[in-house]
Amino acid sequence: MKLKLKKNIAISESGFIFDPTTGDSFSLNEVGLEILELLREDKTIEQITVHFTDQYEIDTASFEKYFYDFIGMLKHFQLINEDEEN
Amino acid sequence: MKMKKIKVNIAATGLNNTDNPGPGVPVIRALRESEIFDPRIIGLAYESLEPAIYMHNVVDKAYQIPYPSEGADVLMKRISQINQKDPIDVLIPNFDSELYAFMKSEKVLKDLGIKTFLPTLQQLEDRHKANLNKFGKKYDIQVPESISILNHNDIEKIRDDFEYPVMVKGKFYDAYLAYNPEQVRMYFNKISAKWGLPIIIQEFIRGTEVNVVALGDGEGNTIGAVPMRKQYITDKGKAWAGITLDDKKMFELTYKIIGSMKWRGGMELELIRSQKNELFLIEINPRIPAWVYLAVGAGQNLPEALVKLALGMETIPFKKYEVGKMFIRYSYDLITDLKEFEKLSTHGEL
Repeated sequence: MKLKLKKNIAISESGFIFDPTTGDSFSLNEVGLEILELLREDKTIEQITVHFTDQYEIDTASFEKYFYDFIGMLKHFQLINEDEEN
Repeated sequence: MKMKKIKVNIAATGLNNTDNPGPGVPVIRALRESEIFDPRIIGLAYESLEPAIYMHNVVDKAYQIPYPSEGADVLMKRISQINQKDPIDVLIPNFDSELYAFMKSEKVLKDLGIKTFLPTLQQLEDRHKANLNKFGKKYDIQVPESISILNHNDIEKIRDDFEYPVMVKGKFYDAYLAYNPEQVRMYFNKISAKWGLPIIIQEFIRGTEVNVVALGDGEGNTIGAVPMRKQYITDKGKAWAGITLDDKKMFELTYKIIGSMKWRGGMELELIRSQKNELFLIEINPRIPAWVYLAVGAGQNLPEALVKLALGMETIPFKKYEVGKMFIRYSYDLITDLKEFEKLSTHGEL
């Protein structure tokens, strides 16, 4: 499954996000930023999960729990459009 | 080689700067930064404590003028007097409440050699808060339901057409959110004492307030438009900080309004983006807003373009602006001498 990030959002190297449609801005930690960068590269959820379980000491179930929490937040702030989700 | 700037005498009102600031100072700042014009600024003030009167780097010369409520002819007599002493090329009125008087006097001003670039009386009437429903239907634009009321007896009837809370608005300024008929009554009295009747009752749309500053050439073309979201709002509902946006829907709506109305002059669109991502037009202010300097900072000097239009110069529409540009307003204690205040108070000029 793929999640589509809203196209026009600006992501800085420091993890600062700006949504030019709403004017909202957010600060992400390093992990959040890494997830957003992978989403921007059009990686699937499976690919992102493998990336994190390979790179970090975390099992798939625990990662997915935090990951879907985070995705829920992105949806809430309309940084991922429901209709763009495949 | 730099082009020689055109010398032009520009008169502007709206020199007040309280927590509900007039657009005069930001308009003048924009004109002073013009690459085409070398303006001499004539400030027109209604009150002797409007700060820009005493800001000599903003206003070159200030004159006191009578309120339009004293009659358009009294106002024009004073403008004519000022014009004889200090010829005005272009006049930019910056208050909603004075627009009618200046628009009605457009010919008198023209005969005096003073140019303006204002909406037509029809345009001013069409976009009037009290006519918002009709406006929405006429131009196929989503607007909140509104009615005009003239007395306390009408307040009880609000329940038939609206769900509380509702917005209670003055015909020119002021807007309050009322949760019950008692609050409507209180705001009715407060607003009508200041701005007169009617009072407008409007459906409350939950969402984010977004605005657009725009300039129409009177032929249906949008010369410039910059959308903004208020980031910090005062208790008067004014933006104390804001950021430029990039929103296709806001542009489409702006072009649609300017195109179909053939809007002439500066304007501010007040919009609410609902939780369902729909845009509702709440109000069209028929003049440049006080936050216009954000547009200048983002790359569109709209006051300069307005002066070009007023002078009949070719004005090419702006194609871009910087997204994510912010403004943060601040207050400033200006120190002046009693002598200056005395001069303005007794001679009506400084």
